[in-house]
Amino acid sequence: MFSRDNWNEIFQTIRKNKLRTFLSGFTVALGILIFVSLFGLGNGLINTFDKFFQEDATNVFYFFPGKTTIPYKGYKSSRRIEFENSDLADIKKNFPMFLEYVTPRITRSKLVKFKEESDNYNITGVDWGHQFAEKTIIMKGRYLNVQDIKKKTKHAVIGRLVELDLFGARNAIGKYVDVGGSAFKVIGVFQDDGGDREERGIYVPYTTLQLIEKNTDKVDQIVVAFKPEMGYMGAMAFERSLDKFFKDKKFISPKDQNGIFIRNVADQLQQNQQFARVLQIIVAFVAFGTIIAGIIGISNIMVFVVKERTKELGIRKALGATPKDVISTILLESVFITTISGFAGMLIGIALLGSLGESMAEDYFITNPYINTGVAVFATLLLVLFGAIAGYIPAKRAARIKPIVALRDE
Amino acid sequence: MIEIKDLHKSYKMGSNALHVLKGINFTVEEGELVAIMGSSGSGKSTLLNILGMLDVADSGEYTLDGVPIKNLNETKAANYRNKFLGFVFQSFNLINYKSALENVALPLYYQRVPRKERQERAMKYLDQVGLKEWANHLPSELSGGQNQRVAIARAMASEPKVLLADEPTGALDSKTSYEVMDLIQKINDQGNTILVVTHEDDIAHMCKRIVYLKDGVIVEDKKVKQVRASAHV
Repeated sequence: MFSRDNWNEIFQTIRKNKLRTFLSGFTVALGILIFVSLFGLGNGLINTFDKFFQEDATNVFYFFPGKTTIPYKGYKSSRRIEFENSDLADIKKNFPMFLEYVTPRITRSKLVKFKEESDNYNITGVDWGHQFAEKTIIMKGRYLNVQDIKKKTKHAVIGRLVELDLFGARNAIGKYVDVGGSAFKVIGVFQDDGGDREERGIYVPYTTLQLIEKNTDKVDQIVVAFKPEMGYMGAMAFERSLDKFFKDKKFISPKDQNGIFIRNVADQLQQNQQFARVLQIIVAFVAFGTIIAGIIGISNIMVFVVKERTKELGIRKALGATPKDVISTILLESVFITTISGFAGMLIGIALLGSLGESMAEDYFITNPYINTGVAVFATLLLVLFGAIAGYIPAKRAARIKPIVALRDE
Repeated sequence: MIEIKDLHKSYKMGSNALHVLKGINFTVEEGELVAIMGSSGSGKSTLLNILGMLDVADSGEYTLDGVPIKNLNETKAANYRNKFLGFVFQSFNLINYKSALENVALPLYYQRVPRKERQERAMKYLDQVGLKEWANHLPSELSGGQNQRVAIARAMASEPKVLLADEPTGALDSKTSYEVMDLIQKINDQGNTILVVTHEDDIAHMCKRIVYLKDGVIVEDKKVKQVRASAHV
């Protein structure tokens, strides 16, 4: 079946019947190309979603204080809720087995000076765990540690752009900067994938910030990180117990939705991933439709090819071609064309996706579109297989047709 | 060489059956050149198709070179055609995208003859029909007479027991017809058995024996004095 003669015969028919070859090849190549592109772009969309949520840790809850709307236990409504240090201690005390770390956030905007350079920056008072919640990357020096918090040191970790603004090309580590009137020693420089805004920030121990502000014990927000191994269901349960705990402690009605706000990153991630997954299913459905259209296309062409060759096949049969010869002539040709053009379309599609890379990330929410090679090859083989099956049925009919009938065909 | 006994064939045309061959008895010896004549509808092409195993009879016996031809499946029929028979058609039936040489070599391809030998043998037969120079031309680049000569070379290439020609001169002018008949006579002179279906009297008289068919039966079967085609060329 795979002798050199057979291949000669196939190459000759391919060369001499360019339109036919082009039609079937083009159908398959286009089908695969569209499939690969669509599937890849769908994956790119999902990548964007993933990346969006990778900027921050996903195992954290953010607690924001609000204003009560329902009177409860003798308290009037419209009471402003505040967090304080004891809340942090209570969380650590009550939920040790669920907890990875807890960190408060106190955000202030202050004028920061170094020699002649000065500007306003966001100063955030945090605990050591905040580094993980924000996925802060230390470029040089170190982040705040337990000792910094305990001893209320005047240490500051500054953003990459803060260093650039105030120090230019010089190294900021070990230098003292004036933060709203107090001198802080720079112990680290960080970068953040969250963008320029994040890199124009300064982290200091929250205890130090409280000390400067007349030794207050108030905090703006509380970030609670749970152990990732708890899973999605565990996290949701933990969120409910924390909510109940805070509402009890702060005398907020269980029905009051505005006393405390919780941002659950895990839940948002779940929802967005679900959205992305639905998108993927839609894309896969469309891509599958493309493959089906390709299969129908190649089937039509095969029927046409066999019809067109009826007389030629009749001549071949009169000259002694067996039905097997006839079928293999048609099938080998079609499988050969669909395989070559299918893989060509697949490679073009993959190259196209590769060349897009990051270029569409900004405007179209598509990051690194790609297709699993296995999926692409599978789709290609599927099309080749169905092309062969679609060719086999008319080929078999052509092989059975009496040569005398075929010869009469004009 | 060919022996048929009481051959019947009918075609279904809707509800009626058209009885085309109504009991044909007929023998051809080796080396004969037989013309089968008859008006259209006499059954001559049907007879040739059955002889060529392109069609099957309803009843009757058919023996070719001592081999009873019956219960043929497609594959067996293809093998017998390839081994025993060469065909020449009115409309040449060459494959239009293959050169003259490739067309002649095609039956050998189906006999699984190695490529090199195939080419050599095909070239030998093309030479015999005087078209060696045209070996690499496509049928569309050749005249009708040349195409028919290529078809004859193709029929001869597999060295068949019997050459069957269905109106070989039907699409040709008389001068070219005589050239083709001259070629057929020469092939017959080499000892090959040939059956020619025709409705032209002058072509029939260039054979050695004429069988007249009318309404599905043989009405006359006579030996004639062969007119050499070369005399007319």
